[in-house]
Amino acid sequence: MIFLTRRATFSASHYYWNEAWSAEKNEQVFGRCANRNGHGHNYTLEVTVAGEPDPVTGFVVDLKWLKDVMESEVLSAYDHRHLNLETPEFKNTNPTTENIAIAAWQRLEPAIKSAGGAKLTRIRVYETPEIFAEYRGEA
Amino acid sequence: MKAYFGRRYLVSASHRLHTPAFTAEENRAAYGKCNNAHGHGHNYVVELLVGGAVDGEIGMVVDLVALDRTVGERILNRFDHANLNLDPLFADRVPTTENFCQAIFDLLCDALPAGKLEYVRVEETENNFFECSARG
Repeated sequence: MIFLTRRATFSASHYYWNEAWSAEKNEQVFGRCANRNGHGHNYTLEVTVAGEPDPVTGFVVDLKWLKDVMESEVLSAYDHRHLNLETPEFKNTNPTTENIAIAAWQRLEPAIKSAGGAKLTRIRVYETPEIFAEYRGEA
Repeated sequence: MKAYFGRRYLVSASHRLHTPAFTAEENRAAYGKCNNAHGHGHNYVVELLVGGAVDGEIGMVVDLVALDRTVGERILNRFDHANLNLDPLFADRVPTTENFCQAIFDLLCDALPAGKLEYVRVEETENNFFECSARG
């Protein structure tokens, strides 16, 4: 089994807010991230798939194909967007790094599965070089 | 849903690799430049990964501020800009990055504000790093 990872970057804005809470509580829990005008990051998305190399091509997956899938399923929706205001999955869910990793999995998994080759095993999202979250498809 | 949160911290510290179990010659043979009597230093990068359920109210595995506070109190305040050889943890253990990594794991594994410590990785330089996980 070979694990293959492709990296891409996107830049987006967001804020953290729980509608069920008062403004004071949001500011207390989320600090500067609760600023409703939003702030932004240069995110790095890492997508890891696993499989056996094809005996003819030697590929686990065609990296160009994976790049295109990441572009069409994730980057086209997230890059240079306000995640709270422009992506349906974050209308009522905080666009934390953890939730972005989960959402990116949900966006990518059907396309990767339907290709019938390698299996999606891990999504890692870096919010900054020092902060990242990971989702491995676990319940 | 279970997810993982990762965080990287910088720790600048000095150390000397030397064991009283060896003669001076044996120490030089085993540790080379790292046996220099006056020590040397590194910008260590400590990366840790915390696994757990994503809290529905905040959308996080662990509160970053609480995690930073714990790591600050237990690790950064203790080791940053310090000489590792002088720490009681290394009184009878050579402060190799293997042992440093294990020490950080042991200091944090029962102290996290939420979640389970999946691994501690210590990068000694850009070209070498060490990892310690609960699996051993």
